[in-house]
Amino acid sequence: MPLTHLQRLEAEAIHIFREVAATFAKPVMLYSVGKDSSVMLHLAMKAFYPGKPPFPFLHVDTTWKFREMIEFRDRTAAELGIDLLVHINRDGVEQKINPFTHGSNVHTHVMKTIALRQALDKYGFDAAFGGARRDEEKSRAKERIFSFRNVQHAWDPKNQRPEMWKSYNTRVGPSESIRVFPLSNWTELDIWQYILKENIPIVPLYFAARRPVVERNGMLIMVDDERMPLHEDEKVEQRLVRFRTLGCYPLTAAIESKATTLQDIVREMLTARTSERHGRLIDADEAASMEKKKREGYF
Amino acid sequence: MTASIPATPGSVLEYLAKQEKKSLLRFMTCGSVDDGKSTLIGRLLYDSKLLFDDQLAALKRETKRNSANHGDIDFALLIDGLEAEREQGITIDVAYRFFATSRRKFIVADAPGHEEYTRNMVTAASTAALAVVLVDSRKGILRQTRRHSFIASLLGVRHVVLAVNKIDLVGFDRRVFDTIVADYREFAENLGFTTITPIPISARFGDNMTSRSPNMPWYGGPTLLEHLETVPIEEEAAEAAFRFPVQLVLRPNLDFRGFAGQVASGSVAVGDPIAVAKSGQLSRIKEIVTYDGNISRAVEGQSVTLVLEDELDISRGNMLVPPEDRPHVADQFMAHVIWLHPDPMLPGRSYILRTEVDSVSATITSLKHQIDVNSFAEEAAKSLRMNEIGVCNLSTQAPIVFDSYKDNRITGNFVLIDRFSNATVGAGMIDFPLRRALNVHWQALDINKKARAALNHQTPRVLWFTGFSGSGKSTIANTVEKMLHARGKHTFLLDGDNVRHGLNRDLGFTEEDRVENIRRVAEVAKLMTEAGLIVLVSFISPFRSERRMARELFGPGEFIEIFVDTPIEECARRDPKGLYKKALAGEIRNFTGISSPYERPETPEIHLHTVGREVTTLAGEIEAYLDNQ
Repeated sequence: MPLTHLQRLEAEAIHIFREVAATFAKPVMLYSVGKDSSVMLHLAMKAFYPGKPPFPFLHVDTTWKFREMIEFRDRTAAELGIDLLVHINRDGVEQKINPFTHGSNVHTHVMKTIALRQALDKYGFDAAFGGARRDEEKSRAKERIFSFRNVQHAWDPKNQRPEMWKSYNTRVGPSESIRVFPLSNWTELDIWQYILKENIPIVPLYFAARRPVVERNGMLIMVDDERMPLHEDEKVEQRLVRFRTLGCYPLTAAIESKATTLQDIVREMLTARTSERHGRLIDADEAASMEKKKREGYF
Repeated sequence: MTASIPATPGSVLEYLAKQEKKSLLRFMTCGSVDDGKSTLIGRLLYDSKLLFDDQLAALKRETKRNSANHGDIDFALLIDGLEAEREQGITIDVAYRFFATSRRKFIVADAPGHEEYTRNMVTAASTAALAVVLVDSRKGILRQTRRHSFIASLLGVRHVVLAVNKIDLVGFDRRVFDTIVADYREFAENLGFTTITPIPISARFGDNMTSRSPNMPWYGGPTLLEHLETVPIEEEAAEAAFRFPVQLVLRPNLDFRGFAGQVASGSVAVGDPIAVAKSGQLSRIKEIVTYDGNISRAVEGQSVTLVLEDELDISRGNMLVPPEDRPHVADQFMAHVIWLHPDPMLPGRSYILRTEVDSVSATITSLKHQIDVNSFAEEAAKSLRMNEIGVCNLSTQAPIVFDSYKDNRITGNFVLIDRFSNATVGAGMIDFPLRRALNVHWQALDINKKARAALNHQTPRVLWFTGFSGSGKSTIANTVEKMLHARGKHTFLLDGDNVRHGLNRDLGFTEEDRVENIRRVAEVAKLMTEAGLIVLVSFISPFRSERRMARELFGPGEFIEIFVDTPIEECARRDPKGLYKKALAGEIRNFTGISSPYERPETPEIHLHTVGREVTTLAGEIEAYLDNQ
């Protein structure tokens, strides 16, 4: 009986995890608490069974994540007994960088991209797993599974290492690194299907519930704490909403939905007419915005 | 996702179950620039309703800004995801796209057409089962059409769709189509494709893409999508011999020792006998471990962990195989190599050869010929430049396990990596092992290095003394050997001059001969450590790469590089054999330090500064190092 599509994707991802563990001195897995990270964590647990993943997990905390994400993160780390590192860009905190006064671009650059570079330099990681998928965005569709980064953590999209078969080039010089994407060939539907099949825990924000939101520029933004300044004409409403992707709460739009179970979510996804990153404010900022961020070291 | 969408939550599970059983086809699009590759993929996604509203809206906005297409959507902009690509209107790197129909799931790799980006086309072809080769009806078969077809064939793609595109621009003329098909079949005859399916299409307007075109009643074949959905994908890999490249050894606790990897081909069941490819040792499968519980059989494609009945010494890079159907284990073989880097491939230069799980030093010992991709003629060549293809003999520092690429795409491939920049410079497909290495299977020796060493009560090591002629290497080595001997250690001293009188008397002092000189000595030292001895090697060994080659023959900690650091002026002053005098007078050519370079060790285990110090002190330093190990 040949393997099914999902079994192949799973086996490929496990192979990639093991390849990194076998060939790099100091790998780390970026853990962003979202559904893709949940799948990645699950796959990492599978790859090294009966052992534990032989690397730590790193969460770059912008301090603007949904509170439920942080709770979920800490609970998950404790339950699985994994080594979780949390990094916050303290300079950014001191400068009081936030998405409201500085805009999504500056906020993301300082609290995410710079923060990530700080963390990678601090620990000296030579390989970092990310949960990016090629179906997410068109510059990601171009990226290798083992994606080389120079000493400045920059991606050179015009000059990527050729990548044939699964004979990966895992060699890097001092301070250079590789970003590794085990979910490259997964689609959003594959992710949900796999979560359903494997019963993988995810942050409750993915399920519909009554939540306090304001409508801003046509997007529904959840008021997750008191730091969110409200315009005069805005009023907070309790609406039945959920999230398709999770990031910083002021930058992630909710969708109105009644999907309270995984099956509901999958069904909703099958009829969706907008892409998953539609609700991400940072992507719409400028043309080719993701590529630019990636060249600067963003995941 | 053209399948009907389930209306009730209950049917979601059914729907997903159906989704899950679909097979997967990985294919690529290739062909010359402007033949419409990206447009074809964009059209497939659009017609199979896989574009989201926000993606379409963005596409329409960008079309207005960037494109010469008035009014119509420019699908290429959807695929060409890099800024530079959209600005220049070309494809630079492979884009991967995903779509599904009610019958199959697809991963499409859109490969660039420009010759300059052939390396990215090779990337796409290495994992594709089928290639859609696009041809512009107005231009016919071009250089890149031939080139891409050849590379696809070389990389083991067995099915071709010849998509004769822009047929609308030649008035849907059947004769144009027939001529192009005949031309293509003629040149592709010897490329070994199992199927060639020609389809006349207009990617821009959708003719024969997902539905039959009313403009070409003369065409009775399938639409592109129909064909992609139904073309049989061979289960070759599933039926081939069992191959399990060992990725890593999992040892979470003292009671568990498993070999993790992904089954490259065939299958294996609990109780099956297996052989360890490199050592020839035999055992049986005791357990097949996965996170979801032990399983009784593992098949092609599965990532599992195998536990054996016996405790065998197996590490990453080895392979578990059936005893009656073994792969090749050799250090010399012939292969087709595609060169991917601006720096040309040079025979004789040392590269890192990487297979799926193994990594060794390798040199191209000879470039037999280069292949002209237009005429497929074999031409003599001294080196391969970027995007050129050649047939080479390679030699690796240690034997690797492999099958012929034509038999197994996973165990028959390798990449070449530059030792200094770490760039991926070449892609290789192995043809066969060379005669010398053929049929000499490694004997599993019951009495091994460890056993012999235990009997001797010592750890075998190589003490590799390097330094200028007259630096004191032999004198120090002699003293160290005496000290070790006095302590009951079994030793042997290999001295440069002495070896040149016998084993290496056929060698001179040119660079090539010096490399060979060191290679032989290193191999002899290796045999002696296998015998359990402590070997002292006293050789000038001026080149870093050869010292590294020697080091790589030994296990971790076994090779101890000792840099006998005496300044050249001091050596020339001592001149115990009168050689410096002769060299300075020009009577000896290629003399290290005078007319031939000496590359200082960067990180020797022991660095001896000799000036002003006694031989016994220096020897004592080495003894102390050994005692601390």
